[in-house]
Amino acid sequence: MNTDKLNFVFPSKTKIISMILMAVGLVSIVCMFVFDTNVEDHHYQHNRAWANLFAGSFYFMGIALASVFFLALQYAAESGWSTTIKRLMEAVISFLPYGLSCLLLIFICGQIHLNTIYPWMAEGVSDINSPNYDAVIAGKSGYFGVFWWVRTILYMVAWVLFAWKLRKNSSDADALGIEESKGFHWKNIKLSAYFLVLFAYTSSTAAWDWLMSIDTHWFSTMMGWYVFSGMWVSSMITITLLVVWLKKNGYLEFVTESTVHDIGKWMFAISFLWTYLYFSQFMLIWYADIPEEVVYYKTRWESYKALMWAVFFVNFLFPMVLLMSRDSKRNFYFLVFVGTIIFIGHYLDMIMIVMPGTVGHNWTGLSWMEIGNFLFFLGIFIYVVLTNLAKRPLLVKNHPFLSESLHHSY
Amino acid sequence: MITKNIIHGIFSDEVPLIEACKKLRSSGIRINEVYTPFPLHGIDPIIGVPRTRLAICAFIYGLTGLGLATLMMWYMMISDWNADIGGKPNWSYYFNIPAFIPISFEATVFCAAHGMALTYLLRCMLVPGARPKNPDPRTTDDKFMIYLELNEEQSKKADEILRSEGAEEVNYKGTLVIEAKY
Repeated sequence: MNTDKLNFVFPSKTKIISMILMAVGLVSIVCMFVFDTNVEDHHYQHNRAWANLFAGSFYFMGIALASVFFLALQYAAESGWSTTIKRLMEAVISFLPYGLSCLLLIFICGQIHLNTIYPWMAEGVSDINSPNYDAVIAGKSGYFGVFWWVRTILYMVAWVLFAWKLRKNSSDADALGIEESKGFHWKNIKLSAYFLVLFAYTSSTAAWDWLMSIDTHWFSTMMGWYVFSGMWVSSMITITLLVVWLKKNGYLEFVTESTVHDIGKWMFAISFLWTYLYFSQFMLIWYADIPEEVVYYKTRWESYKALMWAVFFVNFLFPMVLLMSRDSKRNFYFLVFVGTIIFIGHYLDMIMIVMPGTVGHNWTGLSWMEIGNFLFFLGIFIYVVLTNLAKRPLLVKNHPFLSESLHHSY
Repeated sequence: MITKNIIHGIFSDEVPLIEACKKLRSSGIRINEVYTPFPLHGIDPIIGVPRTRLAICAFIYGLTGLGLATLMMWYMMISDWNADIGGKPNWSYYFNIPAFIPISFEATVFCAAHGMALTYLLRCMLVPGARPKNPDPRTTDDKFMIYLELNEEQSKKADEILRSEGAEEVNYKGTLVIEAKY
């Protein structure tokens, strides 16, 4: 094994590219706040700009969060194949606190009425004497308000703590010998099992609290899984692209073709999970035809029709047609081509979830605002992930399944 | 008349077996069959088995299932007796399509899976009452075997390769007489 390629060095060219992305994004975010106004509607407070910031933060936070989940899944299932790419997952996880901070900032701005992403945060919605009174939201007021904030803080703290501890145990194991470090592996298995239980609940409730409550009057029991599967597939794409990029740069000689094939399978399989949930949510609501549920798709059908169809077909047909065969999952060009397309596809999905409840009928189609904002978060994401990747060797040292993973081939 | 030796090369691991297969093939020896306790993915091109056409069958069976399901649902819900699906009395297959997708999907999968399994079993003649074709029962437990039918000259070469690649045993199981027809 080539030992000098075990430590990743953040190439200065990539660093500059990520900086440029951030700069371009920052400029477009500033422009977004200047240009995104609506003189006729006094309630319109740069809604689209805020919604964009929210979508970007949530999407990239979701990638990091799903990576924590996937890492925990590897531990809990005691799977061997993924050990060689464990450090990549841990690097992707490192974006989690940054994404959560962005979200927290947006929530705080919402609470002090700088933005109107959440209608239930507006003043007087549950005060019967107020002109803003909303009977439906007043009925749900126990769930929102202080209780919502308690939950939000709980999710953030719990997720970050688990992610930090999983990562730390993995680093500590590297410092010791093979026998002494086994304890850390057992600790991580235990920790992962706890995290998976926690995540099973919090991934659903966080999706309700943060995304579903944008359309406060509406509810769907599918929402949690739908958002979760979107996160998961984006996270699989990110790891695949990272593996291919590092391999092109001469790193990761020890990652076998079969390991790449396996992540390709995950990308393929979870695309179907997402399609299944997307369609099921639509089909059940379409079938039942209950007014308080249909309202969600009514806005989308009227002002976001192209986006709604594009998201569904891009994220379903591209992986299905192009990733079905064994050979295409072992072909870097296919993986990168499909991966890039559905990475953008799932970002559009996030736009499709967030925009109708915030921008509503003021939507004029995708524009430079969405692109600029996306590039900003992409820039930060690349910078944070690659900086963290460079901090430690690309291969774990004392993992019990390391040898199995190095010889993973079929 | 051609006389051929039947050779069983027994291995205890799949890695040396694959290496031996590569060596045999590159020296121009035809591998008749490989018996393993578990499937070795990716061995087909190594031992010179042509690409399977099962996927084409699966596609055709899937389309058949999709077509049958569509016909059935169209006949039952639209043509024979107009059903008011989900409170939307539009009496059309097209406008009710979300309701039909789950069944279309299930029927596609059902026909593709069953068709593939039955095709495979029939193609291998694995029908009820079929006699086992495995020449050495140990390959269903922990041994891996290369099965060869070779003439005298090639047998020597193959024997050498098998032994040098770490075969545990090289067994000669008699000869096969093939009547040449001119």
